[in-house]
Amino acid sequence: MVSAFKNSWITFKSIFTGMGVTIRHFFGPSVTLQYPDERAVLPKDTRAKLYVNIDDCIGCNLCARACPVNCIDIETVVATSDVDLGKTSTGNPKRFWLTRFDIDMAKCMYCDLCVHPCPTFCIYMVPEYEYSEYDRTNLIYHFSNLEPAMVAEVKEKAEKEAAEKQRQREEMMRKKAEEAKIKQMEAKKKAEENNSGENDAQSSKPENGDP
Amino acid sequence: MTHYILNISPVAILVHAAIPLTIILVYALVAIWAERKVAGFIQDRLGPMRVGGWHGWAQSIADLLKLIQKEDIIPTDASRFLFKFAPFMMFAASYAAFAVIPFSSSYIGSNINIGVFYLLAVTSVLTLSIIMAGWASNNKWSLLGGMRSAAQMVSYEIPTIATVLTVIVVTGSLNLMTITEMQSGNDILGFLPNWFIFQNPFLIVAFVIFFISILAESHRVPFDLPESESELVAGYQTEYSGMRWAMFMLAEYADMLLLSLLGATLFFGGWNSPFGDFMSGPFWSFFWFMLKGLLLVFVMMWIRWTLPRYRVDQLMHICWSILIPLSFINLVLVALWEVIF
Ligand code: SF4
Ligand code: SF4
Repeated sequence: MVSAFKNSWITFKSIFTGMGVTIRHFFGPSVTLQYPDERAVLPKDTRAKLYVNIDDCIGCNLCARACPVNCIDIETVVATSDVDLGKTSTGNPKRFWLTRFDIDMAKCMYCDLCVHPCPTFCIYMVPEYEYSEYDRTNLIYHFSNLEPAMVAEVKEKAEKEAAEKQRQREEMMRKKAEEAKIKQMEAKKKAEENNSGENDAQSSKPENGDP
Repeated sequence: MTHYILNISPVAILVHAAIPLTIILVYALVAIWAERKVAGFIQDRLGPMRVGGWHGWAQSIADLLKLIQKEDIIPTDASRFLFKFAPFMMFAASYAAFAVIPFSSSYIGSNINIGVFYLLAVTSVLTLSIIMAGWASNNKWSLLGGMRSAAQMVSYEIPTIATVLTVIVVTGSLNLMTITEMQSGNDILGFLPNWFIFQNPFLIVAFVIFFISILAESHRVPFDLPESESELVAGYQTEYSGMRWAMFMLAEYADMLLLSLLGATLFFGGWNSPFGDFMSGPFWSFFWFMLKGLLLVFVMMWIRWTLPRYRVDQLMHICWSILIPLSFINLVLVALWEVIF
């Protein structure tokens, strides 16, 4: 009998305790965010979406190499000597055209590893998380701002300049080789004048190894 | 005694039928919305917010429109007639019982002298319709839900009736209007209304038992075994869809209101104003009556989001070995109190 009363007491006490808790929450504030109408204020370093400030990118490829899942795809073309790409806002000289700078956000795992190697701090996360797409290819973000025509022109120019350089280099080589030959001949002559009568073929070996 | 607004004629009968129906329908729409709001607030959410502007008040209407558009699916192997009939019978049972509820000092559907008895008798048809739905669906979940519900309702009807009987012992009348009128005035301790809950300490015990039993009778948590979502899909409603399912929902909410109003009549003075003559009259009495009923409904919702569900054996244990003996002992004690004082 006594234990029955005790049990009922415990039961009712726990029920009323529970009801006290729920009624406190009933009158307490709600934590719901009315999503499309209001949005959460995200912390400063939220990893939500990558952004590249392409004007500051020097095309060093460090970010692409840091990425563990290879979702950054960069193609660079050397700037020809007639153009000056200027400097980044951090003062680094820009030497490459960025003909392609694609980030596949579908592959990205938001590890932030690509952000820190960048010498010009131009790749970083932005707090923008509403970018769902129906097609996965739409998640590849193209950051390069060069027009296709421009890309072709730049590439052509770069090729031409490279070819030109190659030609120049070859010419230089040839010149150098000729000069070396002339020098060799002169040296030979001198040696013959100095050692007239004395004929030692071994001593006349050229220093630069040319036959 | 009671002065009727309406005399008996075919039109009057229609009006008499329409008044409780309107109350039930409006109440069901509000209560379904309120239930979701209460759930939301208790869980620190907001509940429906968008439909209709202010706090999603039109959510139930939108749901209703959705349900009307749904296909009326009847399983191939179901017993077609019984399957179709069960929801309407269930609603009819709880609706019929509203006839004897005194909504206001000047309105009661049918002022019969066996009001309480009629109410208890008619609501037991609910059990039948639930079994009918469960069995006719030809589905294991439905059948299990139906059987559980039958066991539960038959068991809990006993403590309900026993506690109602304790009130009858005090009043000596089965007429709900008379019972309400006996609770008029503010005489207890000089200011408390003459409600039965304040008249006698054993009636408080009776009310507690009554409230637990009506929780079980209207299948509310913690006794919602017939439709326990986590175990039986949706119990006897599993195979129902569209408007038929909505009828079940309506009947369930109507049942909840009916039993709450019965509780308000028996223990909380029915349509009597808590301030004596202040704010009394036909309209205010309706207001107080609905307020009391809806407060009890709110407590039911509040409990729903507080307590977990009982197991079947615990449910039966509570009923047969605690509530039934206690309610009968209580009945005897109340009778003794009445003889002595
Ligand atoms: S955040 Fe990680 S996965 Fe995404 S692009 Fe950067 S390095 Fe690659
Ligand atoms: S690390 Fe920075 S500068 Fe280098 S390629 Fe990536 S974004 Fe450009």
